[in-house]
Amino acid sequence: MKIDPRWAGFLVMVALGLLLMFGLPQVLDLFGLVQMTVFVAMAMFALSQGFLWGYGGIMSFGQAAFFGLGGYAYAIAVINLGDSTLPVVIAVAVPVVFAALLGYFMFYGRISDAYIGVITLTVSVILFELVNSTSGDAYHIGAAQLGGFNGIPGVPPLNMPGDSSSPLDPGQMWYAAVGSLIMVYIVLRAILASRFGRVVVAIRENETRAMLIGYDPRFYKLLTFMIAAGVAGLAGCLFTNWGGFISPTVFSLTMSAQVIIFVLVGGLGTLLGPMIGAVGIEYLITIAGSQHLVDANLGLGIVLVAFVLLVPQGVVPLIRDKVLPFAKLVPRQSKPIPTGAEVPR
Amino acid sequence: MTSGTLLEVRGATMRFGGVTAVDTVDLTLREVELRCLIGPNGAGKSTFFKMLTGQLVPSSGTIQFRGKDITGSNPHEIARLGVGIKTQVPNVFNGLSVRENVFIGAARRKSIKHARQIVSETLSRLQLDSIADRIVGQLAHGQRQWVEIATVLAQEPDLILLDEPAAGMNHAEVLRTAELIREINRTQALVVVEHDMQFIRMIASTVTVFNQGRVLMEDDVGHVLADQRVRDVYLGKQAA
Repeated sequence: MKIDPRWAGFLVMVALGLLLMFGLPQVLDLFGLVQMTVFVAMAMFALSQGFLWGYGGIMSFGQAAFFGLGGYAYAIAVINLGDSTLPVVIAVAVPVVFAALLGYFMFYGRISDAYIGVITLTVSVILFELVNSTSGDAYHIGAAQLGGFNGIPGVPPLNMPGDSSSPLDPGQMWYAAVGSLIMVYIVLRAILASRFGRVVVAIRENETRAMLIGYDPRFYKLLTFMIAAGVAGLAGCLFTNWGGFISPTVFSLTMSAQVIIFVLVGGLGTLLGPMIGAVGIEYLITIAGSQHLVDANLGLGIVLVAFVLLVPQGVVPLIRDKVLPFAKLVPRQSKPIPTGAEVPR
Repeated sequence: MTSGTLLEVRGATMRFGGVTAVDTVDLTLREVELRCLIGPNGAGKSTFFKMLTGQLVPSSGTIQFRGKDITGSNPHEIARLGVGIKTQVPNVFNGLSVRENVFIGAARRKSIKHARQIVSETLSRLQLDSIADRIVGQLAHGQRQWVEIATVLAQEPDLILLDEPAAGMNHAEVLRTAELIREINRTQALVVVEHDMQFIRMIASTVTVFNQGRVLMEDDVGHVLADQRVRDVYLGKQAA
C-alpha cells in the first residue's frame, strides 16, 4: 500500500513526538526533564506564531500578548477556583476572545499588513504596562493578587482533571506538556488539511483571487488569528505551570521577538520548524547562560544574523529541500513559496 | 432563459481625482450572451471590470445582476452571486499547485467530493492534466492564464468576465481559447476584453467599443470592425 508522503511525514512526526514523550524521562534526570518542559511550552508558543505567519501570512509582532493573557488567565482562575480543569479552558478562551475583538477591528477595518504588525506590537506593550502597574493590594481579581511587576507567585500546578487534591508532579507535568504539544500539532495539521486551511493558505498566496472566487478574506484571517491566539494561550498556561509563577515579562518585547526568531530559524511555512527553532534556541540560551562565556542575548543575536545570512529559509526547509533530496532519501520536489509577501507576477 | 436580463449597468462612472476613467456607461447583457469589449489602451475596460466585480466602487451609477443591486458590494459577495473574472494580470495562487488552484475555485459551498470531481473535469477540459501537480508560479505566462481560466470555470459562475484571455498566447493557444469561449458560451454568459481583432472575429458576437471611458458604439462584430470611427480610435485619432 502506498502512503501519501504528506501523511507519512505527519505519522512520522507524531510517532517521534510520542517517542520523545516516553523516551526522554528514561534518559534525562528530573532537572533535565523540567528544563525540557519549559522548552515544550516555548515550542507551542512558536507553533502559534508559525501557524499565523507561515500559513496565514499574518505577521504579528506581539504574539506574546496572547501568551501572557493565557498565563495570567490561568493563574488568576486557578487561584480562585482551586481545581485546574476549568482554568486551562479559560487560559485558552480568554486569548481567543481577546483576539476575536482585536482581530475584528483589524481585519474588518481593512488594516494593511504592516499596521497589523504595529498594532499587535503596541497591544502587547500596552498589556505589559497595564499589568506592570497593578502593584499593591488594591489590584486583585477575586483571591488573586496581580502583584504588578513582581507578578503572581505560587500559582497552583495542574491537577488530575476534576481532582484538585492530586496535583501533577514535575515528571507528570512533562507528559501533560508534551501530550498537549502533540495534540495541538495534530489539530493544526488537521486544520491545514481541511478546506478551511487550504483557503487560508490560498488567501496568503493571493487575497484578491480568493476574494474574486467568493471567499471573504477578513473572516478567514480573523479565525486564523483566533486559533493562533488560543494556541499561544495554552502555551502561556504551560509556561505558568512550569514555574508556578507569572510576571509581566511574558508580555515583553523580548518574548514577541524571540518567538519570531524561533520561526525564522526553524523554517517559515512549516509546523515542525518553529518547534525545532524554539527548542534549539532555548537550549543554546540555557547553555550560554550557564557557561558565562558569552552574553545570552548576544549569542541569540549572532544566531539570528547567521541564519538570515546563511540559511534564510530556516532549518527544516533546508533539510527537506536540500539535504534529504541530496541524500536520495526523498524525491526532490518544488515547494510552495512560504511567505505572505507579494510574489512577482 | 436566454431573453432575461443578466447584467444591467446604468450610468456607471468612475472618477479618480480629476480623471474620469469610466464615464456614464450603460450596458445590458442577456443571460448566456457573449459580448466582446474592445477599445484602445486606457479606454476604461479593466476599470469597468473592476466596478462589475466590486474591486472598485462606482463614483455614480448602478449595477444590477439579475435584478439585484450590486453597486458597491464586496467582491466576495458579487462572486457568490455567480460572477467570475480572469483579470488582465494573471491573479493566481502562485505558490500552490495547478490542482490546488482549481480546487480552491471549486470548493466554496460544495462537498469536498463534488469539488474534486469538478477539479478533475475542469483540468481535463482545459488539458491541464499533465501539469496538474506543478507549482503555478513556475509556469509560463500562457499556462498561468489557462490556470486562472480553469479556476474561474471551477467556480461555475453564470457570468464570466475575461480580461485579455489571449494575450501572450501563441497561435494554437489562441485558437484553443476561442474554441473554449464558444463552448463555455453554451451555458454561461461571457464578457471578453480583447485587442486581437482576429480573435474577436473568431468568437463573433455583439461588440461594445469603449473609448475614453465612454461607449463609442455597440453593434455586431461585422459592423463594428468596418466602422471608420473604431479604426480611428485604434489608430490614435479621436472620433468626432
